[in-house]
Amino acid sequence: MIPELGQFALILALCMSLVLAVVPLAGTFVRMPAWVALARPLAWAQFVFLAISFAALVHAFLVDDFSVLYVASHGNTLLPTVYKVSAVWGAHEGSLLLWALILGGWTLAVSLYARHLPEVVLARVLSVMGMVAIGFLSFLLFTSNPFERVFPVPVEGGELNPLLQDPGLAIHPPMLYMGYVGLSVAFSFAIAALIGGRLDAAWARWSRPWTLVAWVFLTFGIVLGSWWAYNELGWGGWWFWDPVENASFMPWLAATALVHSLAVTEKRGAFKRWTVLLALLAFSLSLLGTFLVRSGVLTSVHAFASDPARGLFILLFLLAVIGGSLLLYAVRAPDISRGGGFASVSRETLLLGNNVLLVLMTALVLIGTLAPLLYDAMGWGKISVGFPWFNSMLVTFMPLMVLLMGIGPLTRWKQQEPGELLKRLRLALLISAGAGLAAALPMLGDSWALGLAVALSLWLVTTLLTGLRQRLRARGGVGGLWKDFAGRGGRSYYGMLLAHLGVAFFIMGITVATQFDIERDERMSPGQSVEMTGYTFRFDGVKVVQGPNYRSQLGTVQVTRDGKQVAVLHPEKRVYTVQRKPMTEAGVDAGFMRDLYVSLGEGLGNGDWSLRLYYKPLVRWIWFGGLLIAAGGLLAASDPRYRHLLQRHTASDSAGVLPAGGRA
Amino acid sequence: MKTARKKRLYLILLIVAGVGVAAALALNAFNQNLMFFYSPSEVSEGKAPAAHPFRLGGLVTEGSVTRLANGLTTRFEVTDMDKTVSIEYTGILPDLFREGQGIVAHGSLRDDGVFVADEVLAKHDENYMPPEVADALKKTHDEGVAAAAAKEGGS
Repeated sequence: MIPELGQFALILALCMSLVLAVVPLAGTFVRMPAWVALARPLAWAQFVFLAISFAALVHAFLVDDFSVLYVASHGNTLLPTVYKVSAVWGAHEGSLLLWALILGGWTLAVSLYARHLPEVVLARVLSVMGMVAIGFLSFLLFTSNPFERVFPVPVEGGELNPLLQDPGLAIHPPMLYMGYVGLSVAFSFAIAALIGGRLDAAWARWSRPWTLVAWVFLTFGIVLGSWWAYNELGWGGWWFWDPVENASFMPWLAATALVHSLAVTEKRGAFKRWTVLLALLAFSLSLLGTFLVRSGVLTSVHAFASDPARGLFILLFLLAVIGGSLLLYAVRAPDISRGGGFASVSRETLLLGNNVLLVLMTALVLIGTLAPLLYDAMGWGKISVGFPWFNSMLVTFMPLMVLLMGIGPLTRWKQQEPGELLKRLRLALLISAGAGLAAALPMLGDSWALGLAVALSLWLVTTLLTGLRQRLRARGGVGGLWKDFAGRGGRSYYGMLLAHLGVAFFIMGITVATQFDIERDERMSPGQSVEMTGYTFRFDGVKVVQGPNYRSQLGTVQVTRDGKQVAVLHPEKRVYTVQRKPMTEAGVDAGFMRDLYVSLGEGLGNGDWSLRLYYKPLVRWIWFGGLLIAAGGLLAASDPRYRHLLQRHTASDSAGVLPAGGRA
Repeated sequence: MKTARKKRLYLILLIVAGVGVAAALALNAFNQNLMFFYSPSEVSEGKAPAAHPFRLGGLVTEGSVTRLANGLTTRFEVTDMDKTVSIEYTGILPDLFREGQGIVAHGSLRDDGVFVADEVLAKHDENYMPPEVADALKKTHDEGVAAAAAKEGGS
């Protein structure tokens, strides 16, 4: 009964989104305030029905209702409760339902927190979000109904994929989806603005905090995914340039460009068309990501068994969204006024450089991800793009980007006197170049890669400090910090500082972790020891332990250094009872400066095992950097100037859009 | 204002040139990093490159997995139901590696015809077959003798 209720609620939600997509939007054209006013209640109704539907599916999992096909395939009576809940989004149908729920949530959030928006703009934004919801809900109902019944009812379920039975992965998809779907808000703001023909600084200011929050979720989701892969896949890697990872990385790159371009549009009224295009691009890439994951066209760790009907549906949906929005853009773009002009040395130019580089990287990742499809379709053979290529692309463009990242915040808007800028940068340049050179010297670090990483990270840190010093000097020293922090624009600035600092950690992390990690595959008998960079790993054998729904072979490895115990690691090899799938759980001793990582290979008889041992310096900095980036975004989104926009709306309009002037 | 316009033109030219150079470099590197996929049949026919690394995929032949004396090197065969190729891999195999499973290995051919893998991938969903492997199997299936096709059909 309850599953039918869930399905019924899903159908009702689709009805709500159909009305939401049409009526308020139409109301803004025919000037029917009653129609326009429907937008908010409809957003509510859509969300409530989606929540009911989702709750019904969760309930089905909790009570092990195996008469529902989806529950029968992915649920199990033995699953711990946490994983019964996370099993809801452990496979295709449920994860789409979660996607739809999150979309409903974002729609509701916009209707609640964007009260300062003019009624007409809000109605249009919500209508566009309704259109997106139609696409996803009909996809759910017509091709991937999670509430489908099965007869005869199986006595036991098929269980959630053991790989997904991990706390990190339980929350990884929701985070990622919050990001993907959150980009639909930026998209809807852009489409609504295009429909209304009004793209101005106010528009940028409205959509900026939403974009930032979506970007924060996306960042956090990617970091979590990477951390999970490191712990669960048992080979110490944290990024594989897997198509599905790329599918989340591309929208992230585009959204990063968007976040920066929105800043220019808000502050200076420039880059308007470009910003709109980026908003369209970022969301389209989110959809493309869904297509890549769900259609099974690519070889990937994450790919689900494919279903051509689903792939086709998403492809058509993708075409409709991209085609429709580009068409609208083509019609409207000529009407968009030019923004403020700027000189060739100015913050605008540097942010333009940032955008060009980010979009270039997005394009390259896209090429690398789609090339196998293209080659296959053209009959040129079956290929894969080696991940050295992706890495070399990153190494080529990252330094350029970091160079600009250091200069940008120290440069004035509109026009910057080059001599003054150089003077400001001199100290930072000296310190970072000097330290970088030193790190590359044979007697010290003896690695050009390390030298480059040190130079780039220090360049970021020193330029950020230079900027901070300058800012505080203008605000009465360190004492002015708190006041600045609480005031308008302050948190945007400190958020930027934190996020860029995160990049510095990230660069050091990836460089040192990849250049100086040590990996050993060893055959070990119980009691045998292996020495690695001063650490002694003693293998104490493997014993069998029974878990709730798996049987584990639990290894024990004692790590000592200079006779003192450092850690006792327990790498595991689990076999899950139902699916008979083996799973590796690495034993990790985490540290800020280094990780010690052990994973079990296989039993070789006589109690001997093959073991993989890693020493990974600074690997935590990668995720720490990612978290700093996300925290910076969150801080920036909480800037007080995004609240109470109503009162300032008219004032900011005239302040934000400077007269086009002679320069344009 | 003419100078400003000129400056902007230079800026645009600079960006276009930069992007152009970058794209050229990227595409050049791209061609060198392409890894082609070959089926065991294609390898047996000598279609696979001798010096260049490539990817080889198929089903692990039942009963073919043996471990060499040092304990870490494994030798096994992959098949597309027509031809088989021996693979040698030193290191820890993925969790889902087992006989009868579809796998993809990355490496290159040694002079004696053994494929030395530096990476072996087995997919995490058992119902999921790497598309390349599925295709290779389908090909042999289609080309195979009718009797053999009937016997091994649906694999």
